[in-house]
This record gives sequence, C-alpha cells and structure tokens, in this order.
Amino acid sequence: MASNVTELEPGAHAAGTTRTETEDLRALEAGLDELQSEAAHRRRDWGRVALPLGAVVVVLLVWQIVASLGLKRQDLMPGPLDVAASLAQLWREGQVQEAIVTSLTRGLLGFAVSIVIGTPLGLLLAQVRPLRRAFGPLISGLQVLPSVAWVPAAIIWFGLTDGTVYFVVLMGAIPSIVNGLIAGVDQIPPHYRSVAKVLGASRLELALQVVLPAALPGYVAGLKQGWAFSWRSLMAAEIIAVGGSLGFGLGSLLDQGRTLSDMGIVMGAIIAILAVGILIELLVFGPVERRLLRRRGLLAGATR
Amino acid sequence: MSVLLENLGKRFGDGAPVLDGVNASIGAGEFVALLGASGCGKSTLLNIIAGLERPSSGALEVPADGAAFMFQDAALYPWLTARGNVELALKLRGVGKAERRARATELLDLVHLGEAADKRPHELSGGMRQRVALARALSQDREVLLMDEPFAALDAITRDLLHDELTRIWRETNRTIIFVTHNVREAVRLGQRVLLLSSRPGRVVSEWAVPGAVKDDAAAAAALTADITARLREEIRRHGK
Repeated sequence: MASNVTELEPGAHAAGTTRTETEDLRALEAGLDELQSEAAHRRRDWGRVALPLGAVVVVLLVWQIVASLGLKRQDLMPGPLDVAASLAQLWREGQVQEAIVTSLTRGLLGFAVSIVIGTPLGLLLAQVRPLRRAFGPLISGLQVLPSVAWVPAAIIWFGLTDGTVYFVVLMGAIPSIVNGLIAGVDQIPPHYRSVAKVLGASRLELALQVVLPAALPGYVAGLKQGWAFSWRSLMAAEIIAVGGSLGFGLGSLLDQGRTLSDMGIVMGAIIAILAVGILIELLVFGPVERRLLRRRGLLAGATR
Repeated sequence: MSVLLENLGKRFGDGAPVLDGVNASIGAGEFVALLGASGCGKSTLLNIIAGLERPSSGALEVPADGAAFMFQDAALYPWLTARGNVELALKLRGVGKAERRARATELLDLVHLGEAADKRPHELSGGMRQRVALARALSQDREVLLMDEPFAALDAITRDLLHDELTRIWRETNRTIIFVTHNVREAVRLGQRVLLLSSRPGRVVSEWAVPGAVKDDAAAAAALTADITARLREEIRRHGK
C-alpha cells in the first residue's frame, strides 16, 4: 500500500494503483461480501397445501356433525353430503357449469375494464395534488357505498341487460383500485423520488418508472380488494336483476334455489361462489403477491 | 476550474441564514472533503451545487451538465436488481437499450460487483449497496460527483475498504469529487484538500491541503487530524453559551 499512496496528487491519477493492488482489493472485497451476505434458502413447503386442506376438512366435519344432530329438518339444514348430491345433480344438468362460466366471464371482463379505468385515474389522483384534494374524498366515499346500492339506478338506466351488471361491477371495483394505488403511492419513501429527480427523470418517467413500481404492493392489494368487490357486487346484481336478456349466473342460480325453496341448491350455489373466489385468490393473487414481496425481501418472517 | 462558489448564501423563508458567504473553488479532477459539524448546511450546499435548490444570494459556476449525487442511504430501488438500478439511471439519461446493458456491466465491474449484478438490494450487504449506488452515480457520466456522507452508516471494516475503493475509482475515472463528512479521519484520508465549514450559518472558515506524503505517513496524518479536530471543536464550542 505504502508505495502508491504518495502518488495521490492530481495528474498522477491513472498511474497510481498497480495491478496486484487492485487484485488485492478485489479479493478483500469478495471475502467481505461473502461474509456479509446471507445465503438465501428456499425449500418446498408442504404446509402451504396441507394446512388449508386440513382446515376445509375440519369445517366440513363440524358441519356434518351439526347437521346430523337433527336440530332442524334435513331439507332446511342439509349436511355437506346432501349439498354435494345437489351440486352433482346440477352438474349433470349443466346448470353449475353454465352459471360459473357466465359469472366468471362477466366478473373478469368487468374487472379488466375496472383496471384499465382505475389505474390511470389512481396514478393521476396520487400525483397531482389539486386533483387529489378535490376528488380524493369522493373516491373514498364511493368505496364505502355498497355498489349494490347502484342496482336500482342501473336497472332504470340499462334495464335487465348485461349493462346493469357491468355498471354495478365497475362501481364496486374502480374505487377500490384507485384507493389501493393511492395508498401504495403514499407509502413510497420520499428518497425514491429525490433519487429519480437527481437521475434526471421527467414527470412522466417518474410516474411510470419509479412511482408505479414502488407502489406495486399497495396497487396489488387494491386490485385484490377490487376483485373481491366486483365479485360480490356481481353476485348481488345477479340475485336482484333476474330475467330480461340477462344470462344465467351463479347469483341467478342462488335466486332460483330460493324460489324453489331448495336449500341444497342454495348452499350449492354459495359454495360455488366461494370456491371461485378462493380459486382466484390461490391461483392469481396469492402467487403474485408472494412473488412481489419475496423479490423485495419483505417476506422473511411473515406468516404467509 | 470545475466548481466555483462566490459569496453563496441561502436562507429558507424568514429564518436565519443556513449558508452565508460561502467561497470555494474546486479544480477539475480534485478530491475535496467538506467537513463540518451538524447544522453547517452541508446538504443544502450540495443541493445547490447539484442544482436541486437555488441560492438566495451569491453566484456559482458548475459544469453545464450538472453533477451526479450519492446519498448516505444507498436509495436503491428494491424491485430492481443491482444491474437494473444502474440500467434505470442510464435509461433516464437516454442511453439506448443495448448499450445500457454493456455499460451497466462495465460499471458494476468497476466497483467489483460483476458477480452480484443479478442480486436484488435486499440480498446485498450495506457496503455492496453503496457500491451499487456509486456505480449508479458514475453512470451519469458527469464530471462532478457529490457525495453526502455516503459511508456514515457502514461498519468500520467496510468503510475502510470503501475508502480504498473510492480512491481507486477516483483515480481511474478522473472525476471531481466533493465529499461531505463529519469524520475528520475520513476527510484526511480521502481528500486532497479539507474545507472546514462553520455551523449556523455555514461558511468555509479553514482549509488544509493533504499532500500524499502526509497520507502516507501515519504520524503526519495523525498530527494533521488532531490539528483539524482542534479547529473543529473550537468552532463547535463557539455555539455553547
């Protein structure tokens, strides 16, 4: 080391460090880097599959036990086996498949449109202060308003058409997506923005390259809630608005069970609605969220 | 001359001035350590040089393309890999896609992080993160590099190593570096010149040259460190009543 430090004067820059010293420094750094880094280890986690399945089995068992106690008439309080029989019957008739496909198509399409509308809206509201101040409370308010409240208005405007269903879905999902994105943007550490500014980002670049990815966890949480809201309001709309040019969805199936006073159909429809919700969570949101958090190092020690 | 500050002053609103009559001239390719206690307006001064804030009075001359900046916190984006962070900086500068990748690899190699290029910030140690931040700052390809206590949060062993590393990179890249610190030893070790800023308001009150011979000689370096420390303490004592 001693030989080269004397050359620390301007003009002598390049000549300073000899090759071996650079190598020496590199080796030293590599050692320190190795000591300070923790090896990431991942293993197959069967508990993620086994535990929820076990929980479902426990719930079904409790349900069967309560049903077989005979506290109520069997047609009023069917057990899981009776409901399974009803569902099998509906499946043979093709009604469950039709209802699931109809509802899922509407739900996904409505949700997709909500994302397309909600994302730029949320970004705009989060980034432009006067807009945020003006419309923020309104959007938050809309989130509190159950979107079923729009069903009567929608029926008057659109009649018994798919328009009614989509309108209600949009009114449910968009405020959630907007609010999720705003919450995500609000939680961005301030230095993310100052760094972007120092690096010369324009306003649009700041929004798309830094703010949006930084807000992604909040955004995904908003999407998740938006999906839940659209699925719920879709079911509500389908229960209330039946007939006309409306197709036959899971909500319609539920309403049919009520009309027929058939608890098997009612419970079967409820389980189908629940199952779709759980599957979307397990197949779409769960993995996306876990991947997002793991990549940012936010998953360690979490109970997920 | 790379950076020239003339009678620079800054006050926020009606408050007391943060900087008052700062004079300094920093040559091209020079490594200057800016030393001061808390409240000397170091960060404000750097922000002014970087063009993030305007001075209230006085004049300054900086290279037209502005300055690159490195913070105490590495401030890497956690959703990008080490390479992605450097590439984003290049992208914001308008560098084409193919060239971005090559240049980012080159810069990470320069800070000896070629092998960690695909790791994310949370998988890197504090020292490694600061080296990525350094690569990102260098990617801006500006003549002046401003460093705001970049090693303050690191452990002593890592900091020691990064001092060598920074010295090497400074020599290899010929940048003008303005390095803010409140560590006298660090200032003497790194700077060719040490400027002492007073506190409230900030002003350059003293300056020392640190020739290579002094850095090389442990006793001489210690003597200079003691000298500067005494002057710094005198400056701090002035504020007690």
